[in-house]
Amino acid sequence: MDLVFGLITGILFGFLLQKGRVLRFEKQIGFLRLLDMTILKFMLSSILVGMVGIYLLVDLGMIQLDVKSTVLGAQIIGGLIFGVGWAILGFCPGTAAGALGEGRIHALWGILGMLAGAALYAEVYPELRETLLKWGVFGKVTLPGLLQVNHWVVIGGFFFAAMVFFVWCEKKKL
Amino acid sequence: MSSKGGWNPYLAGALTGVLAVVSVLVTTQVLGKGQYLGASTTFVRGAGLVERQLAPERVAQNDYFVKEKVKVDWQMMLVVGIFFGALLASAGDGSFRKEYVPPMWRERFPYGAWCRAAGAFGGGVIAIFGARLAGGCPSGHGLSGVMQLSLSGLVALVCFMVAGIFTARAIYGGRNYPWT
Repeated sequence: MDLVFGLITGILFGFLLQKGRVLRFEKQIGFLRLLDMTILKFMLSSILVGMVGIYLLVDLGMIQLDVKSTVLGAQIIGGLIFGVGWAILGFCPGTAAGALGEGRIHALWGILGMLAGAALYAEVYPELRETLLKWGVFGKVTLPGLLQVNHWVVIGGFFFAAMVFFVWCEKKKL
Repeated sequence: MSSKGGWNPYLAGALTGVLAVVSVLVTTQVLGKGQYLGASTTFVRGAGLVERQLAPERVAQNDYFVKEKVKVDWQMMLVVGIFFGALLASAGDGSFRKEYVPPMWRERFPYGAWCRAAGAFGGGVIAIFGARLAGGCPSGHGLSGVMQLSLSGLVALVCFMVAGIFTARAIYGGRNYPWT
């Protein structure tokens, strides 16, 4: 049953990613070269809608958060490594599958590379678990928890910042 | 601004936000556990499934494969679905295009399809290694994490972008930015 839900959600997700034109190498690298903000417009829009929906349902007691644990060593070092690979490959894990779907055959090499990289990570995981994955462990922290404010205050702040950014993007035609 | 048949990125993004919320709600009610969008763990499970054909005991004894559980799951089907969704959308509006070397890459590295293959493979190795260390990718940390206002998601997303921007600049060189 969960497989069917995963597939249907994925088809819709892939459809929207493709329609938003964010799967393309030119859009991804265009963003990283700061020439085209399409990807960021797409991401921020989904985040804004998502945060309102998620916290509304959490407030109503209908769903639960599933926050990943904060480990600064892991997220900072891992995040920076990811960024280097992202700029070379031109796709992230989800968009590589979508890019292949719209005919970008070269994304297949990226997918094979990611499978190899995941196997490599599994090999060195025992060492990382004792080192980087122990640096700066904060646990499952959210911004409202960290700042000691209501989550709607933080969401309001995000909306304000995003709107300023969107207006700027449209003014500069990015 | 967008090519023919494409949607406004604000609209496509907002609908993706709706999809993410509905997915969590439906999976919570039907499956008992809310599923948030993500992609990178799938490559671990995929690698485990392949490696199991070659060296089953190695996979069974690897702590990371044991931790992430090597199996076909919701998220793997999500990633498979992304492929089909993009295929459907691009076939529907005629934007499907067979491409072995993206134009922007060719301009910088005019050495043919194998050079791009090597770059994409190497970039993929680095990207997934970083994503697994960080505990997620732009979907899991960037979308799902930041949506939940999680600190880990925000830190990871900022680091993805900072390193990506520096690397892209190193590869393609600095240009006159459109806003300067």
